[in-house]
Amino acid sequence: MEMVGGTRLAQLFTSNQEQLLTEWFAQQHAIASRRGLVGEAELRNQFTQFVSLLMAALASSERVDFRTPAWQDVRAFLSEMSAQRARQGFTPVETAMFVFSLKQPLFTRLRDSLGNDAATLADLTWTISTLFDELGLFTTEVFQTSREQVIVRQQQELLELSTPVVQLWDGILALPLIGTLDSARTQVVMENLLQKIVETGAAIAIIDITGVPTVDTLVAQHLLKTVAAARLMGADCIISGIRPQIAQTIVHLGVNLSNVTTKATLAAAFIVALQRTGKSVTGAYGQDAGRAVRSGDGLDSLQPE
Amino acid sequence: MERIPILRMGKLLLVTIQVDMHDRLALTLQDDLTSRIVKDGARGVLIDISSLDVVDSFIGRMIGNTAAMARVLDAETVVVGMQPSVAITLVELGLTLSGVRTALDVEKGMALLARNGTV
Amino acid sequence: MTIFNSTAAPTSTSPPDTLPIRSDEQIVRLRQFVREKAVAQGLSLIDQTKFVTAASELARNTLIYGGGGDVHCYLVERNGRRGLTLEFVDNGPGIPDIQRALSDGFTSGSGLGLGLGGAKRLCDEFDIRSAPGEGTHVSITKWKPF
Repeated sequence: MEMVGGTRLAQLFTSNQEQLLTEWFAQQHAIASRRGLVGEAELRNQFTQFVSLLMAALASSERVDFRTPAWQDVRAFLSEMSAQRARQGFTPVETAMFVFSLKQPLFTRLRDSLGNDAATLADLTWTISTLFDELGLFTTEVFQTSREQVIVRQQQELLELSTPVVQLWDGILALPLIGTLDSARTQVVMENLLQKIVETGAAIAIIDITGVPTVDTLVAQHLLKTVAAARLMGADCIISGIRPQIAQTIVHLGVNLSNVTTKATLAAAFIVALQRTGKSVTGAYGQDAGRAVRSGDGLDSLQPE
Repeated sequence: MERIPILRMGKLLLVTIQVDMHDRLALTLQDDLTSRIVKDGARGVLIDISSLDVVDSFIGRMIGNTAAMARVLDAETVVVGMQPSVAITLVELGLTLSGVRTALDVEKGMALLARNGTV
Repeated sequence: MTIFNSTAAPTSTSPPDTLPIRSDEQIVRLRQFVREKAVAQGLSLIDQTKFVTAASELARNTLIYGGGGDVHCYLVERNGRRGLTLEFVDNGPGIPDIQRALSDGFTSGSGLGLGLGGAKRLCDEFDIRSAPGEGTHVSITKWKPF
């Protein structure tokens, strides 16, 4: 059944705004003050804004359709309000109540002004009921999305803390990946690595997956895409720290690593990287011997171990 | 008709692409480069795309073809300065430019060509 | 308002912009236009580049395979998320085997080589309607995630 009565409802708002505010406010205030986050003045202000946008949208056409461009300002306002409430820690129900608290006061006004006109009363009641249900649901959906945004942002911050890109030597970067990699996380991490390659002018990036327990097809594909992208930019990647189980998975998945240099350990990868950037490594492996890196004519020795 | 300028430095040709090329302009560049390689006896070509914020499959293939043609004419090509988002996009498109050498910037590109004894 | 191939139809927040695709230069103009819109909608640099590239691929198809056409650009929203939608429309010969066109990469070297699969991978939503004699209609959307 279509929703009609836009102009009539707009009038209703105009003639009864004060009373509507008072009754709506009584309900909202209880919620807001419980949270202690939205002041009285701000609440009144939000209501006034909401109502004026509602009136404009209602007055724009006889047919009331929340999805049309005329309602864009209302949607935008509710999006902003809902996102704000989500950030402030309100529950979804409390946030939806912003809209629903207006229903009862409106019904009362409708009955008062249309007491004897049953048909119109029925139509307008239907319109308000359906409209406000849609508005309320809309706020809930936006609320959900906002919560997800917060979670993702937190995840990203955690991500940046847990996977820093390290500069091992001039022109050599290392990215030690720790923990399980999901598709989204891997993508973010890889984009970060490519950006660092540009910033530092590194010719080689070592992606170490010692700390990654399992690798599935998607993650393997992301790894390969990153290696390919780095290559296009002019940098080489070495993947290190591939454990036996992961090696088996990679082969079983049919992942093609023939174009990628792989090393069992980060240390081995580092030596290869040094060699590729024109340094040579001398020294014996062993507990007491130091490792030395020769570049130019001198023999600069690194600390043992 | 607009053209992308080609600079000559000894045996090296340097092309800096700074405009978003339409397809015909890209093909013209390809023609110009191959002509210049022969005319100047160039042994190395450096294509600087650090200003390009988008490279689609057509331009990508043009670059790949140019490098292949250059090789036939006994010149090495190095593509330098591809931006990360462009690289990621090309990989997603499946364009690997496998026959083309790459470097992070012009300086490294020239070093690469020098290391190979090209220029 | 156009119906999209998705569960909750995104709402267009303004009338669409329409650009013609009838020449090489217009493809470049489209790339610049889509970049501007993508920046305005707040897409990340990588998402911008992916979407602009997809637009370029599809625009070239419209021009070369479709004999020229138009592209409509919509600013859209769904559940509070903002996005960008492009519709490529031509009255060309139409694509006889869409599945094959989607699976062939341009590297296939085949005559078709439409690169639709690649363009699809670069977008969040991809919808194509085409049949011989009925022209081609391709719709792509990219959302600003957060």
